[in-house]
Amino acid sequence: MSTSTPDLTHGAGHGDHDDHVTVPLLERFPGRGSAAAWPLGLVGVLLLVGGTFLSWSYTGDVLGDLSINFYPGGVQICMIVLGLVALAFLLAHRGPLSRLGDWLDSAAAVRNLGLGAVAYMAVAIGVIAYESGGLINVNPGGWVSLVGALLLAASGLMLVSRQHKDPLFAKTTSWLEICAIIVLMALVLFGAAYALGIGDGASFVLFLMFVAAAATALAKSGVFTWIGLIAQKNRPVLMLGAFAVAFLFPFTQGGSDENMSIATQVLIFAATALGLNIVVGLAGLLDLGYIAFLGAGAYVGAVLSNSAFATIGWKPPFLVVVLVGAIFSSILGLIIGSPTLRVSGDYLAIVTLAFGEIFRFTMGNLDGNNGPDLTNGPNGVPAIPDLNFFGFDFGQPHNVAGITLGRFANYYFLLLVIAAIIIFVFVRLNNSRIGRGWVAIREDEKAAEAMGVNVFGLKLFAFAGGAFLAGMAGTVKAHHDVSVTPDQYIFLESAFLLAAIVLGGMGTVAGVLVGATILKLLPEKLRFIADYRLLIFGLVLVLMMRFRPEGIIANQRRKLEFHEDDEDLAERIEEVHLEEAEAKA
Amino acid sequence: MTVTDTPPPPATPSTVGAPILEARGVTMRFGGLTAVKDVDMTVNEGEIVGLIGPNGAGKTTFFNCLTGLYKPTEGVVTLSGQVIPPKPRAVVVAGMARTFQNIRLFANMTALENVMVGRYCRTSSMALTSILRGPKFRREEAATRARAQELLEFVGLGDSAENLARNMPYGDQRRLEIARALATDPKLILLDEPTAGMNPQETKQASDLIFRIRDSGLAVVVIEHDMRFIFNLCDRVLCLVRGEVLVQGSPGEVQSDPRVIEAYIGGGDDDEDDDPTPSLDAGTTQEEQQ
Ligand SMILES: Nc1ncnc2c1ncn2[C@@H]1O[C@H](COP(=O)(O)OP(=O)(O)O)[C@@H](O)[C@H]1O
Ligand SMILES: [Mg+2]
Repeated sequence: MSTSTPDLTHGAGHGDHDDHVTVPLLERFPGRGSAAAWPLGLVGVLLLVGGTFLSWSYTGDVLGDLSINFYPGGVQICMIVLGLVALAFLLAHRGPLSRLGDWLDSAAAVRNLGLGAVAYMAVAIGVIAYESGGLINVNPGGWVSLVGALLLAASGLMLVSRQHKDPLFAKTTSWLEICAIIVLMALVLFGAAYALGIGDGASFVLFLMFVAAAATALAKSGVFTWIGLIAQKNRPVLMLGAFAVAFLFPFTQGGSDENMSIATQVLIFAATALGLNIVVGLAGLLDLGYIAFLGAGAYVGAVLSNSAFATIGWKPPFLVVVLVGAIFSSILGLIIGSPTLRVSGDYLAIVTLAFGEIFRFTMGNLDGNNGPDLTNGPNGVPAIPDLNFFGFDFGQPHNVAGITLGRFANYYFLLLVIAAIIIFVFVRLNNSRIGRGWVAIREDEKAAEAMGVNVFGLKLFAFAGGAFLAGMAGTVKAHHDVSVTPDQYIFLESAFLLAAIVLGGMGTVAGVLVGATILKLLPEKLRFIADYRLLIFGLVLVLMMRFRPEGIIANQRRKLEFHEDDEDLAERIEEVHLEEAEAKA
Repeated sequence: MTVTDTPPPPATPSTVGAPILEARGVTMRFGGLTAVKDVDMTVNEGEIVGLIGPNGAGKTTFFNCLTGLYKPTEGVVTLSGQVIPPKPRAVVVAGMARTFQNIRLFANMTALENVMVGRYCRTSSMALTSILRGPKFRREEAATRARAQELLEFVGLGDSAENLARNMPYGDQRRLEIARALATDPKLILLDEPTAGMNPQETKQASDLIFRIRDSGLAVVVIEHDMRFIFNLCDRVLCLVRGEVLVQGSPGEVQSDPRVIEAYIGGGDDDEDDDPTPSLDAGTTQEEQQ
C-alpha cells in the first residue's frame, strides 16, 4: 500500500484543531477525575450489553428481530461489540490491561465509544418508535441499553487520560504486529460481509454509526497511530492479508449473486479510481473525463467480442482484446494530452471535461448515419457473451470446496487480478525515479524543470498510462455488464471517480479503496435516500475540503501539501518518517 | 561540515582553463523594460566569477536567460562550444545547474529525496523497468541514493538526509539547494545569492563550500551583495548596472573602480564614505563590526 498514516495529529502535545475547543469544555465536566468515573463505566457497559439480551421492540419486524428476550440479534449485536471494546479500554485504564493505558488514551476511547453508543441507541429507539407507531412499542431492553450508553458516555467524560507515552515509539514484537494485522484483516472481511448482508436501510445506517464510533475511538486513543506504523513496517504482510481478504470474500456469500454483483461493481469502480489516482494523486493532473478511457476500453471489448451486434469481424483471444483496448485508450490519452499538458492545470481540466463528453457523443453517433457503423449509436452493443478462458465459462456457477461461486464471483476474481495489476503499477511507479519526478512536479514545476526533470514527458506518461489501465479494466467491464452503451459513460461517473479519490485520500491505495467502496456501496444500501444522493455527496465533499482535505486515509506528503503552514504537523510527520527510516535500517 | 578556522585559499586565479561558458550579446526585454542589455560573459574552467550590482540590476534575469527559464530576446549562450537552446532541461543536460535567490526546494520531500531528484537527468529507468524492478533498476536506484548521500555529506548535511526540507534551518536549505544542483553533474554551477540571510559563520562555511566545489573541477558563477564575500572568493568580477556590464576585471580592479562605488551608492544609501567595500547587506555590516 502507499504511504498512509491514519490520524497523525493524535498524540501528546499535538492536539488537533477541535481539541483546542473541546478540551476546556471537557475539563469543566462535573465530576471530572472523580473516583466514581471508572465504576460508572463498568456499570454502563453492564447495562448496555445486558440490555441487548432483553427485547428492544414490541414488534418483530423492525431493525431485524429485536422482540425476543435473551436472544440478541439484528442491530443489538453492534452494541455488544461496542460494549466489549469499551470494557477493554476501561480495563486498560485501571485493571489487568493497565499497561496499555500508559500508551493509549483510554479516556478518549471510552468517551467516543460512549457518545457513539448514545447516538446509536437514540437513533435505534427513534426508528423503532417511528416504524411501529410510538415510543410505547419500545421495550425495556432498549431503555436499559440507552441508560447504559449514557452512563458509559458520562464515565468517558469524567475519566482523565493516563497516557504518557507516544504509541509512535512503542516497541512491539513482530509476531504481535503480524497478529494485529491478521485481526484487522479478519475484521475487514467480516465487517464487509456483515454490511453487505444487512437488508434494511435503517440497520445499515446504524451499522455505519457503529463503525464511525469505533473508528473515532480507535483513532483518538492512538491505536491507529500504532497500526499505521506497523502497517508501514510489515507492508508485505499487509498486502498479502488484504488480498487474502479480498480473495476469500466470495466464499462468505454462500453462492448468492446479489451481493457479488454489488461487489463486482465496487471493484470495477475501485480499479478505475486507482488508475485515476496515478494521474491525479501521483502526477497531480486534474482529469475530469477519465471515464471516457474506461469507455474506450469497454467499446473495444464490445466490438471485438462474439456478440451478434459487434461490428468488427476480427475476434482475437480475450488477452489480445485487453491489450488492444488498453493501447487504444492510451492513444486517446496521448492525443488529448500532448496539446494540453504543456499549458497549466486549469486548461487540462476543461479539455478533459470536454473530451469526456465528445467521447460519449461520438460513440452515440457512430451508427452508420453520421459515419461508419462502429457502435450502433445510442443502442450500443448488447448481448456481449460471457468470457471463456480455456473452457472456464464465466457465465456458469462453479463449485470450489463445496461452495458455489456464481457468475459475478467469476468476474470478481478476474477484476481482482486487474485491480492487483493496477495497484502493483501504482506502488512500483510511486517508489521510483518516475514517482520522485511526479512529486517534484507537484511541489514546484519550475524548479523541477530547472533541475532536469522531464516535466512534459512525465505528465504525458501519467496521462497515457492512466488511460492504459482504464482501458484494460474497460474490456472486462464490457463482458461483465453484458451491454455497452454511451450513457454509461456520463460526466457524473468521472466526477464520482474523482470524489472517491478526494474522499478516500489522494495518492494512497487504501484510501481510494475505502473511498470507492463508500461511494459505490452506500447508494446500493441506502436506496431510500437515492433522490438526495448527489446533495449528500456534495455536502460531504465540501465538509471534507474544509476539515480534512487530505482525505480519510491521508498520504503524508499530500497532508503536508494541504497544510503548508502547520509546522507541528511537519515535525510530527518527520518524526514518523525518521522512526520508519530507523526501523528499515 | 567541519568548520575549519584556517583562512580560505587566496583568491588568486588558479589554473584557469579553456572557456566553458560563453554568453554573447544577451538581451532580455519585458515589454518596454530592458532588464538585461547586450551582456557578454565568459567563464573559464576552474574559475569563480562574481556577478554584482545593485538590486534590480538584472542579475537574476541574466541567470534566467542563461538557464533557459527565460528565452533571451537576443543573444546566444554556448557551453563548451555548443550553442544551448533556451530550455531549462536542455541546459541542465548540457551541464549547467543553478540555485534560486528565493529558495525553491521541494519542501515536502526529504533532503535526500531532493538531491535524488537532481539525479533525474543522469539516470534512465523508464516505466517498464520501474514496474518490473529488474537488476538495472535496482543498481541505478542504489547508485542514485549513494550519490545523493555523498553530495549531502559534501555540503555538510550528511546527518539530515531523512529530514523534511521544509523543517530545515535556512542556511541548511541553501546548502541543500546547492547539493541538488550538484547532483545533475554540472560543469558549471550558477549560485544566486547563496549567502542571503546567513549569519557570518554560515557565510564563511558557504565560501569554503564554494572553494571546494571549484576544487572538484567545476566553474562557479556567484551573484552576491556581500562585497567582502565576493572579493575574497572570486577570480573575476562583473558589475552589472541597469542591465549593462559596467566594469569587469579582477576583484581588486572592480573594487577600486569609482563607477562601482558610485553605482552602489546611487542605488543604495546616500551617505558618502570612503570605505572601498560599500556594504548593502546586514550580514556584511555585522562581519565588519567583528
Ligand atoms: N518576468 C518579469 N517581467 C517583467 N519584469 C521583470 C521580470 N523579471 C524581472 N523583471 C525586471 O527586471 C529587472 C531586473 O530584475 P532582477 O534580475 O531580479 O534584478 P536583480 O537580481 O539584479 O536584483 C527588475 O526591474 C525587474 O522588475
Ligand atoms: Mg536577484
